[in-house]
Amino acid sequence: MSKIPLQFRHNGRDVAIFVDGGTNLLVALRELIGDMTPKFGCGQGGCGTCSVLIDGELHLSCLTLAETVAGRSIETLDGMKQGPNLHPLQRAFADNFAAQCGYCTPGVLMAAKALLDRNPSPSRDEVVEAISGNICRCTGYEPIINAILAAAGGRVSA
Amino acid sequence: MAVTVKTFASASEAAGVLSSDRSARYLGGGTLVMRALNEGDVSISSVVRAQDQALTRIDASGPRVTLGAGITFARVLAERDLGFLHAPARSIGGPAVRNMGTIGGNLFAPNPYGDFTVALLALDATVAVAGGFGARDIPIEEFLQARERQAGTLVLSVSCTRPVSTEAFRYRKIARIKPKGGSVITLAAHLPISGGRIAGARIALGSMAPTQIRARAAERALEGRSLDAATIAAAASAATEGTSPSDNALGSAWYRREIVGVHLRRLLSGQE
Repeated sequence: MSKIPLQFRHNGRDVAIFVDGGTNLLVALRELIGDMTPKFGCGQGGCGTCSVLIDGELHLSCLTLAETVAGRSIETLDGMKQGPNLHPLQRAFADNFAAQCGYCTPGVLMAAKALLDRNPSPSRDEVVEAISGNICRCTGYEPIINAILAAAGGRVSA
Repeated sequence: MAVTVKTFASASEAAGVLSSDRSARYLGGGTLVMRALNEGDVSISSVVRAQDQALTRIDASGPRVTLGAGITFARVLAERDLGFLHAPARSIGGPAVRNMGTIGGNLFAPNPYGDFTVALLALDATVAVAGGFGARDIPIEEFLQARERQAGTLVLSVSCTRPVSTEAFRYRKIARIKPKGGSVITLAAHLPISGGRIAGARIALGSMAPTQIRARAAERALEGRSLDAATIAAAASAATEGTSPSDNALGSAWYRREIVGVHLRRLLSGQE
């Protein structure tokens, strides 16, 4: 079966690759572009660790057909840092000890970015809702919630 | 295994391919078909898509609301006119799933998913489909009963009744994990009131049978009566009639039968 040409923007940079029919975006990012920040978790849309932004909207890359992102803009954790500096969300995660094993962290950070890009001052409930599609296997949700609220400049309280 | 992706400008072209190729699957939001491909489902040899704007159209102006099959749950939540469908839409997945999953795909989602369809079943929905026979409307109950045979058809849109009041439509999803989690059971009730009495009650249940079903015995217990404690108790005690739940990781069939009446009573009583 012939390869399909695919072009899109990846963290602000134009990329052109060839994919097999039916390839999902997660595989395209990891194996064809070398961006290993979105992780493979369940492959079923249940864990959220492969979350990326497509045209600014949170999507699961494992359930996205690669061909459907032609001409669109993809953001992953790899593009989150701002030059030599960490993104405020990344800084807040480090400061608040919000990563334990770290496997869910890329997906959680993308979910948090999607939230803060849309709503810079979320409530605690809105933060909980925003990361409800991301499973932390270490069950370390409280520091994650606190870190997102800290990045938003909100008060860390129940 | 690589699959062939076929993208069409019109839904009718896509429907034509689906009806002639048993190994083709329609790709909407991807939450069912891509999942199947990730699991190595070799029965799918091609994926069909349509970029037809009709599939993402909303007509919410009349007493019946028509939603294109490609409408996502996030889009439902963004539409003020669809406020009565916000609770069912919000009960599905996390934000990423709601940005991707479509109401057309939800019709095909097996237990413990397909919660939005429970709401549509209570709201007397019809499903517009296109296939080798052309386009036609099917009552949602008939559609669900023949769901396994619908692979060769393309769902174009779903139409449902707009409840006359907020009180008239109620929805409840019972999940172990909040705010997101698969359904233990899902309930929806449409209770139009005429002259103080219920006229045209519809109760729909999810995860209580292989597909979403109506609780007809509970509906009979409500019909023509006022929504008082005795009526609610009668409906709750009839809730299991005609159900055939199965065991899964979220709950046993026994547990589902035990709790469905309890939650129907709470739903009808307006309890949280």
